[in-house]
Amino acid sequence: MIELRGIVKKYVLGEETVLALAGVDLFIGRNEYVALIGPSGSGKSTLMNIIGCLDSPSEGQYILNGRDTSSLRDDELAIVRNREIGFIFQSFHLLPRQTALQNVMQPLVYRRMPPAERRERAAHALEKVGLGDRLDHRPNQLSGGQRQRVAVARALVGEPSLLLADEPTGNLDSRTSLEIMALFDALHAQGQTVVIVTHEPDIAAHCRRTIRVRDGLVVEDSLNPPRAA
Amino acid sequence: MNLLAEAFSAALASLNAHRLRSFLTTLGILIGTMAVIAVVSVLQGFSDSISNQFSDLGSNTLTLDAINEQENFRTGRINRISFDDVETLRYRVPGVSRVAPIISPQLGGAAYRGRTTTPQILGATEESQDVLGVDASIGRFITASDDRNGRRIVVIGVDVRDELRMPKNPIGEYLLIGREWFRVVGLLEKRGEIFGFSQDNRVFIPFSVARSLTGTFERPFMEVSFTVENLAELAQVRERANRAIRLSRKLAPNAEPDFEIKAADSFIKQFNQITATATAVLAGIVGISLLVGGIGIMNIMLVSVTERTREIGILKALGATRRDILIQFLLEAALLSLLGGLIGIVLGLLAGMGIASLIPNFPPAHVPVWVMLAAAGFSALVGVVFGIAPASKAASLDPIEALRYE
Repeated sequence: MIELRGIVKKYVLGEETVLALAGVDLFIGRNEYVALIGPSGSGKSTLMNIIGCLDSPSEGQYILNGRDTSSLRDDELAIVRNREIGFIFQSFHLLPRQTALQNVMQPLVYRRMPPAERRERAAHALEKVGLGDRLDHRPNQLSGGQRQRVAVARALVGEPSLLLADEPTGNLDSRTSLEIMALFDALHAQGQTVVIVTHEPDIAAHCRRTIRVRDGLVVEDSLNPPRAA
Repeated sequence: MNLLAEAFSAALASLNAHRLRSFLTTLGILIGTMAVIAVVSVLQGFSDSISNQFSDLGSNTLTLDAINEQENFRTGRINRISFDDVETLRYRVPGVSRVAPIISPQLGGAAYRGRTTTPQILGATEESQDVLGVDASIGRFITASDDRNGRRIVVIGVDVRDELRMPKNPIGEYLLIGREWFRVVGLLEKRGEIFGFSQDNRVFIPFSVARSLTGTFERPFMEVSFTVENLAELAQVRERANRAIRLSRKLAPNAEPDFEIKAADSFIKQFNQITATATAVLAGIVGISLLVGGIGIMNIMLVSVTERTREIGILKALGATRRDILIQFLLEAALLSLLGGLIGIVLGLLAGMGIASLIPNFPPAHVPVWVMLAAAGFSALVGVVFGIAPASKAASLDPIEALRYE
């Protein structure tokens, strides 16, 4: 489903060229549950941005669902993000002035979906994450865990092929973190492909596969031992 | 369309979130629009009332008047229309229908039961009624018989009646004008004011009476209005009259004329020209103020884009294309400007009405609908034009950078 072939990403900083990714080959199949780990500066954020179609590689091919995305223009990438990727961020990144329902409806706006259908699907997504009674709350009326659930609902509402979470528990206490991870576990169990970028071993342990990145290269790719339920 | 409606409500919500700032931002547009609507409403009301006053004068009416420069008044050599000129017009110019000379004899004031006033005293003939469009609302106007027989009768304006505290119906009362008694036979229709001068503070007496009271050595100010038989021949008759009067005034063939023959609507034309000039100057000022207002909007929109960088990043991550972001911010700028324009139009109308009602006897303010529509459309356009830079800045943000923005 996700196939990276010889991905290189260079940044030009002044006169220096920084090599963020130095040739990454990777394959992630449908319904995998992957942790992407590595220290800061390792290139894992760059890798995530490329997987999430927020960025294009300098060299190499990125094939998402059989489609080569490496040569797509900005607006074409936007459409791919809208249809294929569900983002979850460390600091939730909800729109502050909009209600939970409106936040979840937002990706469907760019899909030109009629408002009634949008509303129905957004409400359903919020129910799915256990916030069916918080539709009209604004982010500042919700707890951290609830906000991240709204973000998960927003990521899911477009039925993306990939759920991409960047440090999803980074701003949560440990108990809430567990709740959110339980949510990811459940989504994976329902067949969702999930990639979590993290530096916490506890979080990575939830996943079935760990990909470790260092100095712009994949240095470890291993299957995790099955967890005791 | 769905997309536009979506962006429209998003723009409204975003403006609503910063109500005070939105209001202050659009203040420039608001004041500019308000100024133009206020001034246009006053000018237009004025212009309408002038046009109405002069529409009484038929378009087939020409007026003969003497030309006097500053120099003539200084030296006392004042050009006047003579009785010969009247006779010339009446009998020597083919195509002239009716001739209505108006004479202004210097007779002093009018008195009634111990009260006095100084109206404009005019000597007129029966023809004046049709040619000048003056008429009596009570009683009658001067007749040919009055003129022939030199009757001491007078038709008075409502201001004169009120000033002298005469009965509501003054017919049959006697009025002292100069040193002569005149019987009131009619009350003139109320005409209102032009340029703040009352058109009702005047009396008409028969032409022959005015002429005889003037004395023989004094030449009174006179103006002659006349109609043409056939409107299509207006220009020819005017030229014929011009030549005939030159002869009767014994002007040398290449001498500058000391009289002019004006069409009745020339005053309206002149006034419209003044209005047009004033409007053009106004448009310039408004243009500048809208430019300033537009720059204000651009400034705040740029600030707003910077503030909302992360929000834009989020929207892009969720799949917003450049166009989606561009339309949202353009609409926001246009809406901001349009709201200012709409409030400005309303306040401008109120201000215009206020100004018109503060000045006594000023005609009511009036704004043509197209001016309001144009003002609204133009203010929206200003928003779009000055929104382009901020909106394209927002649209071209890099989603990764934008998401990282604190």
